[in-house]
Amino acid sequence: MTPMNLVRIAGQSILKNKMRALLTMLGIIIGVGAVIVMVAVGLGARGQIRESIQSLGSNMIIIMPGAATTGGVNMGAGSFSRLTVEDSEKIAREATLITGVSPVINSMAQVIGNGTNWRALINGVSTDYEVIRDWPTSSGTWFTESDVRGIRRVAVLGTTVAENLFPGQEAVGQRLQIRNVPFDVIGVLAPKGQSAGGQDQDDRILIPYTTANTRLSGRSFIGQIVASAATEGELPVAQEEIREILRESHEVQPGQDDFTVRDQTDLAAAASSSTETMGMLLAAIASISLLVGGIGIMNIMLVSVTERTREIGIRMAIGARGKDVLTQFLVESVVMSLLGGLIGLALGVGGATVLGNLMGWSTEVSPITVAVAIGFSAAVGVFFGFYPARKAAALNPIDALRYE
Amino acid sequence: MSDASVNDTVIQTEGLRKVYHMGQTEVHALRGVDITVTRGEMIAVMGASGSGKSTLMNILGCLDTPTSGTYHLDGVRVDGLSRDQLADVRNQKIGFVFQGFNLLARTSALENVELPLLYDRQRRFKNTKEQAAWALEQVGLGDRTDHHPSELSGGQQQRVAIARALVTQPSLLLADEPTGNLDHRTSIEVMALFQELNDQGITILLVTHEHDIAGYHRRIIEVRDGHILRDHPVAECRIARSYLEQLDAEEPVGAL
Repeated sequence: MTPMNLVRIAGQSILKNKMRALLTMLGIIIGVGAVIVMVAVGLGARGQIRESIQSLGSNMIIIMPGAATTGGVNMGAGSFSRLTVEDSEKIAREATLITGVSPVINSMAQVIGNGTNWRALINGVSTDYEVIRDWPTSSGTWFTESDVRGIRRVAVLGTTVAENLFPGQEAVGQRLQIRNVPFDVIGVLAPKGQSAGGQDQDDRILIPYTTANTRLSGRSFIGQIVASAATEGELPVAQEEIREILRESHEVQPGQDDFTVRDQTDLAAAASSSTETMGMLLAAIASISLLVGGIGIMNIMLVSVTERTREIGIRMAIGARGKDVLTQFLVESVVMSLLGGLIGLALGVGGATVLGNLMGWSTEVSPITVAVAIGFSAAVGVFFGFYPARKAAALNPIDALRYE
Repeated sequence: MSDASVNDTVIQTEGLRKVYHMGQTEVHALRGVDITVTRGEMIAVMGASGSGKSTLMNILGCLDTPTSGTYHLDGVRVDGLSRDQLADVRNQKIGFVFQGFNLLARTSALENVELPLLYDRQRRFKNTKEQAAWALEQVGLGDRTDHHPSELSGGQQQRVAIARALVTQPSLLLADEPTGNLDHRTSIEVMALFQELNDQGITILLVTHEHDIAGYHRRIIEVRDGHILRDHPVAECRIARSYLEQLDAEEPVGAL
């Protein structure tokens, strides 16, 4: 028997029982289809998470105030803020490996403008913030170095703030009041969407840090300093450089740092571990559905062997060896499961596309998913087809011929 | 055994015995059978059911193995061969014709006849389709190659089965009640075909319980209780072809 003949015989016998073959394959079809859809949605979600991490700013370094020890009592991280605008300016002057640095002075404030009001996050930042966060304006301009030096009352709005205060209007050129201090709107930021933590990043107002420091809060300590390295590879060196500058400025020894310097890799690692968990879950569901589908195939193959006992007897009488019969039934179950896998694949890809369009989710069908789905369905065919095939091959030709 | 007898002897058995174990009891289906069949013979094996003739046919057809005794087929000892070896012997040396035709449904006549060639490990016939068409030609169905069994009459189906038995050019053609499912006239037609094939030199062993059918053979072996009761030549062998002509003359209207 040539392989081509075997596949043709398998095809003929499947075509003889179209309805039954379809019902048998249904388990595999649904299994593979569901897996393809779920993995496509999962991969799409992972892509979105990756994007949102990148939207924080690539190669960003965050400097947070560290734990202060007061009389031997550790007060915990951020308990005693010892980062100052001077620290930020010192880093800007002395660090060689960073492309930008900016203090971030945070406060929540009620904002009044255009006869309405809105509560938003106010960030006092430097002009470098645009580069560090990779956050250009969609209309208007960023404030300039001279705005910062001149402590000017200019504001760049996030899109959420702009839409709420000035719905349907051009925000640039308008005026608004932050804690009763009037500001000129000179720009609106490009939308960035949600952060990895689920916060609306566009619900904020950026003003020069000098202005924030003197006109709004009057605090001399700042929440955090952000900086950016030129490349991802330089992140560790750049962080070490920043640490050294800050130790000098704070007059502390290594190991007694009252600040922490971090980058985004921790966040990315956390996100990828959560998608890995999701992947494991999908694999578990996939194996269960393929198991059920495989049992369906085994069931029908057993019925088929019994039904075709006489045919097996005829084949044996005219010279088929046990191995020939075994191969024939094995090929049949593999063809059936593979066919089911292919139909499931087609339905899965179609379903993922439709779902993506309907729900607005981004979906992604990777070639690896396709290869694994096909490979697994073939393996299911071999595994669950083997027992019925061996049963057929072990038949006694005389009994098989006599079988009614 | 001399070389000459190897060449001329198709079947040679000595003391064939077959014992079945049905629970505690032993059933002796064959109790020492000696048969010698020479090339070109056409033999009818007769016996009532339970006489052991089916067991004998199964062993001669290499579907079963004897409990004891020796069996040489075409000069080769075949008792005690493995399952796979027996399958190869059946494929190479034996052609089977069954009472119920045993064709594969929804498979064309040509593909049914081709089937034994696909299991031929020695690939004796390069063009299997051509060889199958030749065999169908031999049984007078050269124009029915694409028909499926359900589209053929009983007699035609049996001819396809005979073509399938012939296609590997076997040493021995074994037929088990080949006319059992056919009407009288078709039975005679099939017998005429067997006689034609025998005239071409093919050795035929045919099991039947009909004396009428046995009369078309040159030798009759009668089996009873696992023994050979009688083994005798037929003095006046009937010629199926001339009987058919006689039938046509008697009732010309009823001709097919």
